[in-house]
Amino acid sequence: MTSTRLRTYIMHVEDLPGVLNRVTSLFRRRGYNIDSLTVGRTEQPGVSRMTIVMEADDETARRIEANLYKLVNVLKVEDTTRRPCVQRELALIKVRADQASRAHVLQLAEVFRARVLDVAPEALIFEITGPRDKIDGLAGVLAEYGIVELVRTGAVAMLRSAEAVAEQAQEQPRTSAA
Amino acid sequence: MSSPRTGAQILWEALRREGVDVVFGYPGGAIMPAYDALLESPIRHVLVRHEQGASHMADGYARVSGKVGVAIATSGPGATNLVTGIATAMLDSVPLVCITGQVSSRFIGSDAFQETDITGVTLPITKHNYLVTRAEDIAKTIREAFYVASSGRPGPVLVDITKDAQQAITVPVWSDAPVRMRGYRPEHRAGGEDLARAATMIDRAKRPVILAGHGIVKAEASALLHDFVAKTGIPVASTLLGLGGFPATHPLSLGMMGMHGEAWVNHAIQEADLLIAFGMRFDDRVTGKLDTFAVNAQKIHCELDPAEINKNVRADIALVGDVRDTLEGLVPLVSRRDRAPWLARIAEFRGDSAVRDIQTMPHDGRLFAAHVMHDLWRITEGKALVVTDVGQHQMWEAQYYKHDHPRKLVTSGGLGTMGFALPAAIGAKFASPGDEVWVIAGDGGFQMTACELTTIAQEGIKLHIAIINNGYLGMVRQWQQFFYDGRYSATPLRSPDFVKLAEAHGLTGLRVTARHEVEAAVQRARAAEGTVVIDFRVEQEDSVYPMVPAGAALHDMIRRPNPILETAEDD
Repeated sequence: MTSTRLRTYIMHVEDLPGVLNRVTSLFRRRGYNIDSLTVGRTEQPGVSRMTIVMEADDETARRIEANLYKLVNVLKVEDTTRRPCVQRELALIKVRADQASRAHVLQLAEVFRARVLDVAPEALIFEITGPRDKIDGLAGVLAEYGIVELVRTGAVAMLRSAEAVAEQAQEQPRTSAA
Repeated sequence: MSSPRTGAQILWEALRREGVDVVFGYPGGAIMPAYDALLESPIRHVLVRHEQGASHMADGYARVSGKVGVAIATSGPGATNLVTGIATAMLDSVPLVCITGQVSSRFIGSDAFQETDITGVTLPITKHNYLVTRAEDIAKTIREAFYVASSGRPGPVLVDITKDAQQAITVPVWSDAPVRMRGYRPEHRAGGEDLARAATMIDRAKRPVILAGHGIVKAEASALLHDFVAKTGIPVASTLLGLGGFPATHPLSLGMMGMHGEAWVNHAIQEADLLIAFGMRFDDRVTGKLDTFAVNAQKIHCELDPAEINKNVRADIALVGDVRDTLEGLVPLVSRRDRAPWLARIAEFRGDSAVRDIQTMPHDGRLFAAHVMHDLWRITEGKALVVTDVGQHQMWEAQYYKHDHPRKLVTSGGLGTMGFALPAAIGAKFASPGDEVWVIAGDGGFQMTACELTTIAQEGIKLHIAIINNGYLGMVRQWQQFFYDGRYSATPLRSPDFVKLAEAHGLTGLRVTARHEVEAAVQRARAAEGTVVIDFRVEQEDSVYPMVPAGAALHDMIRRPNPILETAEDD
């Protein structure tokens, strides 16, 4: 049994009512814990794309994939964990900043290349985009000034190079487990 | 060109086009348009007394016929009453299409009268489900539902149709083209290289055992399994739902494995060096404690559902595909090997695991449930179609009624649904009217769905009903005896007079209290024109042996205390 690790799945599903419920219900029923989940439209009409991040070992990951394929509305599942892929997340962070601390806070945000979205007398709102650890990093250093609110979109991912997560590429399941 | 039809008319025409000849259901407000159109359909409708009966009847029909069973109910409570039967079918991979009426689309989500979100409720217990709100979508959806239910690993599909969709008028579009669904690809086939590796592993094995499951029955692969066994000389253990998939009287048939399996079967599995599993999923009732299960055996897992591979037991080789195709691929590749030492070893287990319970029971006229099963098997020459409920009698039937043919035992394995037998047997009888159908149920489970006795009378069908009446919820009582210091909490059970109950329904009732009365009662039931209910008053506190306690290793069985020597008459 391999140790667990964070995994990112890219899924293409039919854009129909209730499909998100079917996917999340599967994770809930089988006791898999979702770290983040995003859904949105794609370049293909009638097809939605989900990015799901969760912790699992290799064998659990294979079974999650097999179970997802049992859902009639699921078109393609790609576990990107061992593939070259870019992954981004967006966060908005509202942090306490009065006249005395504002300059320090702005300086820190600059290091992380966070954008200022709103300036109020007692607080600032930053927008930051990047991989999850970069967002964790900024949130960490801002914590001592007092984070009022934090919201994250969850990760979206894309395979590198000209490759696409193509529906036609659905392979036969691995028949050999050894 | 088709002429304009109501959604309800289209529904029945769509069912007819799928080859449906009988449906099991119960009318109500939101399904009334469909029931009105039923009057013009050639399809037979069986009126149940409770919708749970409808889903179990459709299930029994499907298990015996190999076709899709159809249940129909109204919205709200009608739909929720189907749920237990749907869950039963889901866990045993039985193809059902359940049609429910739904409140009109403009009322959905408003908590209208008899509104239940039944697609939400059944989401985790159906293979797939649909909400149809337009008459235009009915024909296509029914076609898809039958395809999804019956292809790949079968399962129940629910189609919820709003009342306005049933009433609306449209010109139906019929298609005979194969169903194409973008995201649904149920077929898998094991690769040649994997088959070759498996064949080599099989040829090399010194102590192999075949584990035959429900998949053998579903895939109609019995004959191929027979060929495989004939060629390799490997003995066969069966799961509960696999019984009949390989002839029980075959010299290489070991019998049932698992919690109440034969001791020698479990010992053989634990000592095996190779397990070849066909169409089974290593359920906890079969394996016992997982990390002590067949530790020295390599495993070849032949299974249609990729999600079952390595779920409970790690496979050394997984052959994902229909077991029929897999067996077809394997048979030419394997060779005959001398298995004599291994078979001798299993014979040794058989010897030292004492003799069958029936041969160790006192012969003092008292009636044990095992006697009933054994005598039923003997009198019906093993040819009856038996439908069992859930509990002790179910295990005794599995141990003592030797099924030689597939689809002759119908039982709720995965979900263990009490109340299943009587309605499932009604469905089974519709699927195979020529069969002698026996319901075997405990006094507890029988009372859960006993209302369907009237359905039998109204439909004028003939069943044989054996109630194994021990005055307890026997299996729970047994667990209380073994694991809860004999504290019988809520298991002593009072029952109605089953003879009078039968008579009140216009059926015949008989009572048997001693072993010497069994034969005459069974023969009377067989000879009678209508359905006969036999109340077998059996030994009250008997237990099913052997028993692997939940969570114990498979070889760690509780055995019948004080075995008494066998007598020739029970051979």
